[in-house]
Amino acid sequence: MAETPEIEALTPYARSLGITLERWDDGTPVLSVPFEETVEGRPEHYHGGATGGLLETAGYAALRAELARQDRVATLKPINITVQYLAAGKSRTSYALGRITKLGRRSANITVEAWQDDRARPIATAVMNVLMAEP
Amino acid sequence: MSETARKFDPAQATSFFTGRGHSGWLGLRYSDHGDDWVELELPWREDLLGEEGQRVLASGPILSLMDMASGMAIWRAMDEFTAIATLDLRVDYVRPAREGASVFGRSQCYRLTRSAAFVRGLAHDGDAGDPVAHIQAVFMKIASTARL
Repeated sequence: MAETPEIEALTPYARSLGITLERWDDGTPVLSVPFEETVEGRPEHYHGGATGGLLETAGYAALRAELARQDRVATLKPINITVQYLAAGKSRTSYALGRITKLGRRSANITVEAWQDDRARPIATAVMNVLMAEP
Repeated sequence: MSETARKFDPAQATSFFTGRGHSGWLGLRYSDHGDDWVELELPWREDLLGEEGQRVLASGPILSLMDMASGMAIWRAMDEFTAIATLDLRVDYVRPAREGASVFGRSQCYRLTRSAAFVRGLAHDGDAGDPVAHIQAVFMKIASTARL
């Protein structure tokens, strides 16, 4: 079984923001984004939108990896996302990892966590629902 | 209150905020405002597309647009600029945005308390009656001295 299945490249938006695949953690991709001006809100802090973009991208990456593992092909479409901001994102690299809570035939429910220095202290979490349309 | 009596000018503030950082990278622009709402424009850009093979704007930039428009709406409603932080933001993506179209984010601050600000809004691609997304969010004021 492929622990680290080939997943499609990150979206143009994610690449443009500076998001990269950091590593694989138990078959789930961990994404990261360095602190650059593209993610900065108030000085020396992440913009809430950039943190949200990282969470969302990690959620899609986790789903793509699981679909690839199951040899399923689907076009992913966002239904919704709810982001909880827990702590200010400081001027250093942020990481995010998504977990699939439920994978159905038509939709998936994913929870995502983002952290910086200490994985046990997330800076933001998200719950998202994604529609998986037949190609 | 007359327009001229207001201290916080969303048009001026937008050019200040979008000169740099994440908002500057997205290219956000001022569009319109009222007493308790602000609308910003996210111009179409090829490098903000989502899934490969689909000519659809990614959802991330819409989330950023709405976060920024919500902050502006709160400052407009408070009529002052104080530090605020997003606590909770929900976005429902009701349909994809049209290819090549700007997306406009309109957010309204409908309730202010001493420590929190509540907003709701929508994103549309030209017709506010046919939105691409709906949002609801809560922001916290970052107080320099805690008021219990």
